[in-house]
Amino acid sequence: MDKLIIDGIEVDPDPSKSILEVARELGIHIPTLCYHPSLPAHGACRICMVETIWKGRSTLHPACTFPAWEGEVRTNSEMVRKARKILLELMLAEAPDAVEIQELAREYGIEKTRFRIKKEREENRCIQCALCTRFCEEVMHIGAIGFKGRGYRRELTTPFDANSEICSSCGACEFICPTNAIQLSKITDRKPEPLLSEYEAGLMKRSVINIPFAQAIPNKPALSPEYCMHFLNDGCGVCQTVCGPQAISFDQKEEFVEEEIGAIVVATGYDLYPILNFNEYGGGKYKNVLDGLQFERLLSASGPTSGKVLRPSDGKEPKRVVFVSCVGSRDPENHFPYCSKICCMYSAKHAMLYKHAVHNGEAIIFYIDIRSDGKGYEEFVTRAQEEEGVKYIRGKVSRIYENPDSGLTVMGADTLTGQQLEVEADLVVLSMAVVPTHGVSDLIRKLKIQTDAHGFLTEAHPKLRPVETLTGGFFLAGTAQAPRDIPDTVAQASGAAAKVIAMFSGSEIHKEPIIAWVDPDLCSGCQICVPLCPYSAREYDESDNIVIVNEGLCEGCGSCIVACPSGAVQQRNLEDNQIMKMVKVVLD
Amino acid sequence: MSEDFTPNIVGFLCNWCTYAAADLAGSTKLKIKPSINVIRVMCSSRIDPNLVLSSFLWGADGVLVAGCHPGDCHYEKGNYYTRRRFALMKKVLESLSIDPERLQLAWVSASEGQRYRDVVNTFTDKIQKMGPNPMRKDPAV
Repeated sequence: MDKLIIDGIEVDPDPSKSILEVARELGIHIPTLCYHPSLPAHGACRICMVETIWKGRSTLHPACTFPAWEGEVRTNSEMVRKARKILLELMLAEAPDAVEIQELAREYGIEKTRFRIKKEREENRCIQCALCTRFCEEVMHIGAIGFKGRGYRRELTTPFDANSEICSSCGACEFICPTNAIQLSKITDRKPEPLLSEYEAGLMKRSVINIPFAQAIPNKPALSPEYCMHFLNDGCGVCQTVCGPQAISFDQKEEFVEEEIGAIVVATGYDLYPILNFNEYGGGKYKNVLDGLQFERLLSASGPTSGKVLRPSDGKEPKRVVFVSCVGSRDPENHFPYCSKICCMYSAKHAMLYKHAVHNGEAIIFYIDIRSDGKGYEEFVTRAQEEEGVKYIRGKVSRIYENPDSGLTVMGADTLTGQQLEVEADLVVLSMAVVPTHGVSDLIRKLKIQTDAHGFLTEAHPKLRPVETLTGGFFLAGTAQAPRDIPDTVAQASGAAAKVIAMFSGSEIHKEPIIAWVDPDLCSGCQICVPLCPYSAREYDESDNIVIVNEGLCEGCGSCIVACPSGAVQQRNLEDNQIMKMVKVVLD
Repeated sequence: MSEDFTPNIVGFLCNWCTYAAADLAGSTKLKIKPSINVIRVMCSSRIDPNLVLSSFLWGADGVLVAGCHPGDCHYEKGNYYTRRRFALMKKVLESLSIDPERLQLAWVSASEGQRYRDVVNTFTDKIQKMGPNPMRKDPAV
């Protein structure tokens, strides 16, 4: 069988593929403009032109539409380069403002076009390759844009040049255009909402399919079906086309896995109290007012700014950063009465790291009290104050507002000198209160474990059983129980794990001896108690016409005792007459 | 009624919520009026109306029945049974000429030590105003 020879490399011909596809597999570069792997080849821009030699005849063909038959292909011959030069000159005349075309032309040694430059519009970037219209129609299944006019008047627009009602503002056209000719705002007045990275605390955009964070386990991309165009209108699927190993499957769904387990450690963690609750501090309104987690990401070498401290509004290095402690915490009138415990220490850490990153910067911390209760913590705060020169001001901040000069004005009080203060700041970091993770209350309710008024889990005993709950087999760890720092969380989690192991290591489970029993002489077999039992611990014994209790299942609530019309059911160790006697003693 | 009348209240508390709350109230040293005598039951649904009636007949000035908040029952639905039973119970008390106000149903969760204190203190004040149970044994008799 004859071979296909591309630039001297011999391969087997495969007419199901185009020359372009085969060349790309071989690592041979052919320039393209209107080609996209998720669309059938269109051959509009002709820039992928190659020379094919078949039976001694040399012809020019676009590589994207020409099948990989046998024969010889030259992708960069003199003939090809000459053809591409002409094409580029034509494109330069058509779209003189397209930077990408200018660069490509320069590669081919063209600085100026010999043809008449199109001047119908202020800015001509469109080369009319129709990649966007095909993409909108065939991939995204929308069809909001098309061409109008003919000849040199041909122009990309929406029907009747009107604001497009059907455009879903997905931005695919803008993204895919090879010459950046499209502005979404000219197609629809619908504003695209950026999808913000949860891991980067909203400081960065993320794509719908992404690896949630750098060390994610499994370290694989996940798709958010609530935003994905494939799930919204059965379109797109570009990720599936471009994924070489074909790893993307849209059929994967969440599944319910049933497991029998012996113990549950509830470690549902915490969230920061939303910054939006602090209008007086401009939370959510001013770009340069961040919460502690956002600033942590700004300091992180793997964060959105690669570890450079740059403020979100203009990307400048902030020269003065104000940290505000106890935002929401220790504020029983308006928010939460409790101390969030971690803020004093992380503010000190943040201020120190900021000073390391910005040497001539100034860090100011507004605090109520410095609660540095932990091993080495007081020394750490002292170091921040004395060695790193972090300024501590004792007092609360009343208001933060934006000013045109430096950015933000922080109004507060210094309660040690009794003065009102106004501090100009480039960036403000709010130490938001620690609250239970948003949305876990449903889970907690299902587990039937207790929480306090703020939603933190309640331990069985504050001193003697701090990692257990009142329900057997449920244990607690970490900030789900109360705000705490990493060493405390690790200690408590280790304790919970040890409790679980201790429970599992015994050969028997110990239960309260208070369980129900049925007096067979009194039971009439009426079965009122059977549907009443929440644990299905009661069975009707037809042969004896009585109800019997499964002692392993009975938890001893006693609902059945009250319901029994004949008094046949009693609770072992807590019988009616025992309670009666207690009442008597109490009232005597 | 005399000023120094101390009501004798029988409190039937569920083991998982209100009894734990009473324990918490004690360990956090909250001040609770010394009027309540606590009897621990596993679940508020364990409390036989008979026990409540007997308490009144034997001279209790008030009876407090307390358990987990609806939906939070340790035994899933015990407190729903209690709620229904005690709605009827109040009518039974009326027919026996016992003021139904002397029977109080309350939901106090394990972490609500302060609420337990408030429930007991308010109920005690109420009973104090109502005076002793007419069926109370007169020591003179």
